[in-house]
Amino acid sequence: MTAAAPPLGPAPVRTAPIGQRLSGLVLPAITALAVVFLFAPLVVMVIFSFNDPAGRQNITWQGFTLNNYLTLWRRPDVTGPMLTSLTIAAISTLVATILGTLIALALTRYDFRGRSATNLLIFLPMTAPEIILGASLLTLWVSMGVGRGFATILLAHIMFNISFVVVTVRARLIGFNRSLEEAGMDLYADAWTTFWKVTFPLIFPGILAAALLAFSLSIDDYVITVFNAGRTVTFPLWVFGVSRLGIPPEVNVLGSLILLLAVAFIAVQLWQSRRQAAAGGPVTIRGR
Amino acid sequence: MSRGRGLIPYIFLLPGGAWLVIFFAIPMAIMLLVSLQEGSLSTGYELTWNFGIYPAVIGESSGQIIRSVTYAFATTVLTLLIGYPMAYTIAFRGGRLKNALLLIVILPFFVSFIIRTLNWKMILADNGIVLGTLKDLGWLDQGFHLIATPAGVIGGLTYNFLPFMVLPLYVALEKIDPRLIEAGMDLFASRVQAFWRVTFPLSLPGVVAGSLLTFIPAVGDFINAELIGAANRDVTMIGNIIQFKYLNANDFPAASALGFVLLVGVMVLIAIYTRVVGTERLTS
Repeated sequence: MTAAAPPLGPAPVRTAPIGQRLSGLVLPAITALAVVFLFAPLVVMVIFSFNDPAGRQNITWQGFTLNNYLTLWRRPDVTGPMLTSLTIAAISTLVATILGTLIALALTRYDFRGRSATNLLIFLPMTAPEIILGASLLTLWVSMGVGRGFATILLAHIMFNISFVVVTVRARLIGFNRSLEEAGMDLYADAWTTFWKVTFPLIFPGILAAALLAFSLSIDDYVITVFNAGRTVTFPLWVFGVSRLGIPPEVNVLGSLILLLAVAFIAVQLWQSRRQAAAGGPVTIRGR
Repeated sequence: MSRGRGLIPYIFLLPGGAWLVIFFAIPMAIMLLVSLQEGSLSTGYELTWNFGIYPAVIGESSGQIIRSVTYAFATTVLTLLIGYPMAYTIAFRGGRLKNALLLIVILPFFVSFIIRTLNWKMILADNGIVLGTLKDLGWLDQGFHLIATPAGVIGGLTYNFLPFMVLPLYVALEKIDPRLIEAGMDLFASRVQAFWRVTFPLSLPGVVAGSLLTFIPAVGDFINAELIGAANRDVTMIGNIIQFKYLNANDFPAASALGFVLLVGVMVLIAIYTRVVGTERLTS
């Protein structure tokens, strides 16, 4: 591997030997291959969402159809789990965002005893393997005699989302200019008014990013959910269950629609960041 | 709002903190207690402080434990080999397209984990797009397969955890002042020397964070061994055993003991990491 940093300011003229010019192609080539690797399953997913399979086997290409898209909404076996997942994601996002934002405010605004214990309590759920988070909750329900279902999934999702919200909102609060609040107080706003008129609008982008992250973590979760689900079926659980005979086209249809939504979301992000090109802030989106 | 030791921070902390104590910390303690119980689902469980279960489950599942660590290590090395050139290219050659490139790298991970893994399973199928074609061309033996092999499972893990490596690497590389590398080159370092003696050491926090964030979920994973590994007994990982014992065999004490072994192993890694880098670093 070779390093070739873009020079800052006028660069001294260097004539690169052929070996270095070749290695200048190696890095982009590896990156391009990696991008192909990243997108390969998505290409297959989109193609097979238009497949017209005979029976439920969706393994070989049999012909083009739009039916998979058009009939999707009349399939209760698909829409039911999707609706369950959306409901759980929406409620868990709302609750976790509120609870997590409060913790982030406490951690950045106040000195208090137990700060390092709190940091540890936030940090550990993010680093423990998911299977342990799910399994330990299962032991809680079993030993308390609580039946598993929609409610236990929801409690679990709120739990694993809180830490991610705290971390995301705190990142926004750390770069916060306190003198803006002082200005508000100087203009005779009380603490409550100052919070809602000054602080909240300024940290809102961080809260929104946290909520988006929480929503996407919740709607995609399989591992923790499977230990807490009982008979309730969320979308990832349903996909896992029906995939024994190859992937039904409906699964690829929903995946393709999610991909389309993500592409649109990212396009808007890029368009906005190009408009505020001068600011050049960091990207706040995180993957699964 | 004032900075001080009033009640206010505790009021802010209470609901979320209590939630984490009740649904994270207490379940961990219960899992530990359950592992020391004896009995069955029908007769009920009784706490007998049966510490003997730990050597028993470790002995019984030593194959899967070693396999999980091996697979997770291979995954970490592979994601580093693929992710470093990617993060480097984006950070140093991305120019105005930096953010766009980073978003393209993350884009696939908006689509469900399960759906992506299932489509990998299809691509790698014995007579699928890749292997089928290569076999028809006579470039591969008809009996060759990737599904249900260690290579297939490690490939799936590598795919699924690649962003956990790329993002911390990118953050670390992006922070490096290009003038430091320039300075090295001015002191007659070759590009290769400048990389190994300036760029790489400065990116080490990213390498360590990325390795940890990849290794931990990979070592506890059971989805890839289940789907791409096709539940083949020769590729099952510790996660598969834990999941089976909890959800199918109802052997809660043994499952909890194995879970606790996995948790302790991960915590030791994290403790070493936080000694070196600090918790604030990983969470912010």
